[in-house]
Amino acid sequence: MKYSVQIVGVGGQGVLLASMVIGNAAMKAGYDVAMSEVHGMAQRGGSVLSTVRFGDNVTSPLEAVGGANLLMGFEPAETARSLGLCNKDTAVLMNLDPVLPSSVAAGFDTYPEIDDIVKAVRAVVPKLITIRATDLAVEAGKAVAANAVMIGAVAAAKGFPLEKELLLDTLLETVPGKFVDLNRKAFELGHDYYIKNMS
Amino acid sequence: MADILAKDGKHLLLGNEAITRGLFEAGVRYSSTYPGTPSSEVGNILEKEAEKGGMYFEFSTNEKTALEVAAAAAASGVRSFTFMKHVGLNVAADPMMTLAYSGVKGGMLIMTADDPSCHSSQNEQDNRTYATLSLLPMVEPSTPAEAKDMISEAYRISEAVNLPVIFRTTTRVNHARGPVDFGPFADTPAKGHFVKDDPKYVNIPAYSKPNRTRLLEKQKKAMELSEESPLNFIEGEGDVGIITSGVSYTYVKEFVSDVSILKLGFTAPLPEKKIADFMRNKKAVIVVEELEPYLEDTVLRISAQEKLNVPVYGKRSGHFPREWEYSPDTLTAISDIVKVQKFEKPLSKADITLPGRPPTLCAGCPHRGTFAAVTREMKGKEAVYCSDIGCYTLGIQAPFHAADFIICMGGGAGAAGGFSEVTDQTPIAFIGDSTFFHSGIQPLVSALFNNHKIKMIIMDNRSTAMTGHQPNPGTGRDFGGIATEPLDIESLVKGIGVKFVSTVDPYDVKATRKVVREAIDFDGVAVVIAKRACPLELKKQKMLKVKRCEVDHDKCIKCYTCLKTIACPALIKDKDGSILVDDVQCIGCGMCANVCPKGALEVKE
Repeated sequence: MKYSVQIVGVGGQGVLLASMVIGNAAMKAGYDVAMSEVHGMAQRGGSVLSTVRFGDNVTSPLEAVGGANLLMGFEPAETARSLGLCNKDTAVLMNLDPVLPSSVAAGFDTYPEIDDIVKAVRAVVPKLITIRATDLAVEAGKAVAANAVMIGAVAAAKGFPLEKELLLDTLLETVPGKFVDLNRKAFELGHDYYIKNMS
Repeated sequence: MADILAKDGKHLLLGNEAITRGLFEAGVRYSSTYPGTPSSEVGNILEKEAEKGGMYFEFSTNEKTALEVAAAAAASGVRSFTFMKHVGLNVAADPMMTLAYSGVKGGMLIMTADDPSCHSSQNEQDNRTYATLSLLPMVEPSTPAEAKDMISEAYRISEAVNLPVIFRTTTRVNHARGPVDFGPFADTPAKGHFVKDDPKYVNIPAYSKPNRTRLLEKQKKAMELSEESPLNFIEGEGDVGIITSGVSYTYVKEFVSDVSILKLGFTAPLPEKKIADFMRNKKAVIVVEELEPYLEDTVLRISAQEKLNVPVYGKRSGHFPREWEYSPDTLTAISDIVKVQKFEKPLSKADITLPGRPPTLCAGCPHRGTFAAVTREMKGKEAVYCSDIGCYTLGIQAPFHAADFIICMGGGAGAAGGFSEVTDQTPIAFIGDSTFFHSGIQPLVSALFNNHKIKMIIMDNRSTAMTGHQPNPGTGRDFGGIATEPLDIESLVKGIGVKFVSTVDPYDVKATRKVVREAIDFDGVAVVIAKRACPLELKKQKMLKVKRCEVDHDKCIKCYTCLKTIACPALIKDKDGSILVDDVQCIGCGMCANVCPKGALEVKE
């Protein structure tokens, strides 16, 4: 068994934390783990990509283009930009909360309507699952738990090899003590949402 | 993050964390750096942990000094480690080349973190060439776990031949993450003693000649070690052989089957006998390595010398590219020679136009004010913006376009001198505080000496921000049990004899512009110090006082001076054209209010 997760988003969205949770859970499950992170520019509002590969006889920190089993898109435009990481069987989870590039906020560039992004992505990925992670996080108690929503959701993805409980325990070990309840709730909301919306 | 000093256990570590752990396990007692991605995390961890782990650590003013202080530690019998990004070794190459003649007493490693694909660098030079140039031994890990273990092995090599060893990594090792088993710490002396030995340490021509001969002898001994080293091993079976090193090995190991792999970790001097033996009776040999054909050219030479009639495939045969980092699918290039895993066909692109997302100067970044002041003042005049390496490199972006010439650390200030002589344009050198201390003082002295009438803008944000907010001489140090006073840039600049020196607050864009005008009109070298701490660093220190900025829509005439001048990411142009402030991003710095011609923006406590 080998499994590859590509996580894309914008600096500050918790992409690295999500990759650490999945990577640590995979290590605890006894798998080989190899990961790769793009550092450096993340803090300056740039795109972020993190790769988590795990399974038997895994050594390469990078996945081949098109090799992802799962794409976790923390941001719509970044998800749409990253479809080349996927193939026809890749599960794609896309958060619908945009983070506007500064050029867009200042009116120098335009950000497409979210519905148009969904339509364009769905044309390529028929089994796309979209999620409003921030809304669910707010429901759980605080917007910052959006990444816990995303992690909870992928735990329900078809063929995702790690146990839900293992992933949740690892998440709760990773977050500060005062946020444990918030993250547990956010994780469960994400998990339930994914199951309900699976086609 | 894992506790790097934990007694034992298995931890999921970043390559740079694994390397740092390896230093403690190897009993390294002295370490130094100038920060540079992809090596920076090592310094950030050592800043916090070195003292607890019984190690001295410093941020030196530049890589050259970092290598020199570490050389002295090693010459005194203390195990030392100096580390930098690949281009940093260009700066440190001068001491390295002759240190090779002297050799060391305690083990010493020089880590060069190369950056294939230029993820965060100005070039993608292959620093393995430095091993050829210096005749120093070199090792190259493939994964975080191997990187940790290889540190101890590299010190054994260093002490066996009394030479510094180059520890060469790439971004995909430094920023890869993988499981690492923690081992015990070696017990080594933290204090040494320098024993006078002129023929060894004083490289006057009379001594450097025999030292050169001795270095060549040491290289022969190092090659014997390389032949026997556990870092060079063969695995798998097949009539086609693959010779590989670094992260490329992980791609070959996982995605190519039915081949024999010669994995090289000790890559200078290369084990020539081992390579020749490996090649004999192979149907073909493929060399898989990123960047220059460093292994491949040696393999071809060995093949010629040994009269081996084995075809060698790689870059010279046109199978692999010389530029950019590899990934598993790069191996498709050899799928007609060996069995490479079939990769899935990637999905086509989404049919939609997406806005770009380049890294950008933060909301409230004081550099915005400086760029606004300078570019507004130079409007209609011809400037050559000689910029440098740091966050302010991002001044290349709209609306500033304040970067015309960037080559290296401190390079803008030097180039400004040249432009001042051969053009009638106004050379303006932007340089950060840390870069100024790194290599900006010398070109300023040179400009004075030669009467180059350059205008230097020192963008003093009280931090080495781009690489993760390390301290620099301008901030003073306060870690590892050592506290020093900040070095005052204005006094320093005055002290070397610059006649026009003025310190401004870039948040006051109007006042900054006035001073910039005076500097430009001044007939001689002029220095403006735009001093204001990086808000990200203040935030980290929990010292950022956030204020609110409000828009008075009755006063706003929608001229967009704020957007066109400061272009702060916290300013939003709404669909109806009105200006809004994003309270999540805005820190209330007031730069937009400062440039607003109608007083429509106001900062409130």
